[in-house]
Amino acid sequence: MQPTTEETQQHAAHGAHHEELGFWRKYIFSTDHKVIGIQYGLTGLLFLFFGFCLMMLMRWQIAYPGKPMPVVGEFLQKLLGDEMVNKGVMLPDLYNAFGAMHGTIMVFLAIVPVAFAAFGNFVVPLQIGAPDMAFPRVNMASYQAYFLGGVVMFFSFFIPGGAAKSGWTSYSPLATLADMGHHPNGQTFWILGMVLLITSSLLGAVNFIATIIQLRAKGMTWMRLPFFVWAQFVTAFLLLLAFPPLEAAAILQLMDNVAGTSFFLPTGLAAPGTTTPLPISGGGSPLLWQHLFWFLGHPEVYVLILPAMGIVCEIIANNTRKPIWGYKSLVYSVLCIGFLSFIVWAHHMYLTGMGTKIATFFQTTTMIISIPSVIILTCFFISLWGGSIRFTVPMLFALAFLPMFGIGGLTGLPLGFNFTDLHLHDTYYVIAHFHYVVAPGTIFGLFAGIYYWYPKATGRLMNEFWGKVHFWTSLIFMNLIFQPMFAQGMAGLGRRMYDGGVTYAGADDPAAGLVGVPQWVFGMNRHISWAAWMLGLAQIPFIINFFLSMKKGQKVTSDNPWGATTLEWQTPTPPPHGNFDRPIEVHRGPYEYSVPGHDGDFTPQTEPEQR
Amino acid sequence: MDIPYVVQPREDTGLFNAKVGIWLFLASEVMLFGALFSSYILLRVGSINWLYGEAKDLNVWLGTANTAVLITSSITMVMAWASLKLNEFGKFKAYMGATILLGLVFMVIKAFEYNAKFHHGHFPAAHTFYAIYFTLTGLHALHVLGGMVVNSFYWGPGSKMWKTDPVRFTNRVEIGGLFWHFVDLVWIFLFPVLYLL
Repeated sequence: MQPTTEETQQHAAHGAHHEELGFWRKYIFSTDHKVIGIQYGLTGLLFLFFGFCLMMLMRWQIAYPGKPMPVVGEFLQKLLGDEMVNKGVMLPDLYNAFGAMHGTIMVFLAIVPVAFAAFGNFVVPLQIGAPDMAFPRVNMASYQAYFLGGVVMFFSFFIPGGAAKSGWTSYSPLATLADMGHHPNGQTFWILGMVLLITSSLLGAVNFIATIIQLRAKGMTWMRLPFFVWAQFVTAFLLLLAFPPLEAAAILQLMDNVAGTSFFLPTGLAAPGTTTPLPISGGGSPLLWQHLFWFLGHPEVYVLILPAMGIVCEIIANNTRKPIWGYKSLVYSVLCIGFLSFIVWAHHMYLTGMGTKIATFFQTTTMIISIPSVIILTCFFISLWGGSIRFTVPMLFALAFLPMFGIGGLTGLPLGFNFTDLHLHDTYYVIAHFHYVVAPGTIFGLFAGIYYWYPKATGRLMNEFWGKVHFWTSLIFMNLIFQPMFAQGMAGLGRRMYDGGVTYAGADDPAAGLVGVPQWVFGMNRHISWAAWMLGLAQIPFIINFFLSMKKGQKVTSDNPWGATTLEWQTPTPPPHGNFDRPIEVHRGPYEYSVPGHDGDFTPQTEPEQR
Repeated sequence: MDIPYVVQPREDTGLFNAKVGIWLFLASEVMLFGALFSSYILLRVGSINWLYGEAKDLNVWLGTANTAVLITSSITMVMAWASLKLNEFGKFKAYMGATILLGLVFMVIKAFEYNAKFHHGHFPAAHTFYAIYFTLTGLHALHVLGGMVVNSFYWGPGSKMWKTDPVRFTNRVEIGGLFWHFVDLVWIFLFPVLYLL
């Protein structure tokens, strides 16, 4: 049938309005929140894999100390030089650099960008019924600053002296003394990289909060916001207010490293390997760095976990086909966590000699903050009760999140009490604790989110069978890695040890009352390493599934394949620039599943009240 | 769909988007300078050889002059915004020009002070007091510079918007003004803390 003149004119007008953007404007320098979200997601996942690779290499040195690394040893030696790798053996400097950069990359370049920036950018404007973020160009600048920060961090591996070596916490004076022979050194690059990343998160946080305050669709009142939006809202405030003190600390440490000041360098500090005092003015305070660092560091923990809780909440509501139990409790709990997370930071510092009275204060606040966390987890568990649960891949990951985060959270209590922390501090127990929160906790939440929103972004579903393979193998190996670490830590194995603690194996001396690390701990080192490499293999189905499903995945037949209530499923698939093809008005809360008297088992938020 | 509330305020919040944005940004700035001021306090109370009074070798009169300069520039900044509200573009140009010039005067005086310190050997590495002095005033000077760049944009090429979208342009000047007042306020804390106490 020939189009009528009117139709042709309409098409022409339509075309003129939505002019096609070129490749660069559309995919690289895009101001569209969805494209920026995907940019953040892909870059973040790349860094996630890169950070994991660093750890897989370190696990070789821990399991088989002093043995040449198979396959990659010689290549790394050519790439990074003889100072870092000798005859295929990872040297202490490289081990320290990998350790510091594993933490830095995982926290600042992988988890936060994916959990906050990627999911937040893609989902939040859709869920509140907004056409875009409040400041699209600021949004683009945020991604670019993040990308540059990532480039600076990555290239620091290849400068003379290698990347930063003083842990992700970069404690002074170690951070200033670690590599004094090189200028600029890895630590300087680390600081510059961090300043870029902080800038990025500042721009992102301002944008998120402004968007959520200003751009909610008509009828989208605060108590109708999906919990995911609340989680992102609080996360944005944490980033906004907690990161600047680290920026201040970074500026001060930069002055120490470059301008020769002594902000964190005490009087009488000796040069490395000597007893001669350094020619510095002195009078600085190493504790000051730790306070400034952990003032960011602890809220940052909640930056890592809250978005994952938000994702899990959406998926649980959707797959139990009933309302989330205790929506208001969830909202108030997340607000409490946001506030309390600013006054718990020094529980990382019980062993610094800051004083027992201060330790008692922070021990108390730390115990208090566990209450809202438990409320959130309990609400999720009760939500499962009596639901007709659909065990889809996203739901499997969301369900696994609950016990995994539970283990991570409960094992944190002995670390929060200062007297039990004396024994456990700086051991593998700590590593196991926070990895249970972040790895099988947050990362499972992120996987759940990827499997859940993938059809909205691409119009195709990811393969279910390979998704389940990915889930079960990841779940098993995650636990095989981190569960034994609790035992290792309680047996006294310190973290950050280059040879996996072997130095301390033969220290048994009953006469002197000395007990060395028992032998079974080193056997566990090898088991854990093998589990870590298997976990690496277990990600292959995911990687292939992720890319192959874009072209070959099963096409979705509706814009709302999961039968969900929230607004992001009311858009065309994938959502065009501007998101909604009709004005949005919200009439009800976010989780109206199986409401008695309604048709079907879900009622979208846009559905008007029936009279 | 276009992004709403870019120019006109949203009814329930009473704010346009950029105003929410700038206040949030200023909140993070408070945390940045707050952390540095806290560091100053910790370093000072923990020090056994802090510099007081004459020993600091700071020129209180130049500091006072700079305080007056910045406060005046805050006033001209408000007048620039008010002129736009009263639809007097010529006056806006004059007041905004004055704001930028006063910023420049501040920077020149600061440069003379820095120069004098360097001549007397008071480098950041010499003493933790000078370390925090240069860090705080240096970071503040960067903020002044940033404000001057933005104000110059409003005064020069950015002012074309007055013809096409006067309300939005007035909003922009207001946003820039909020930042400028904040930078002024930081100095009002810096001056007594560094020069007088």
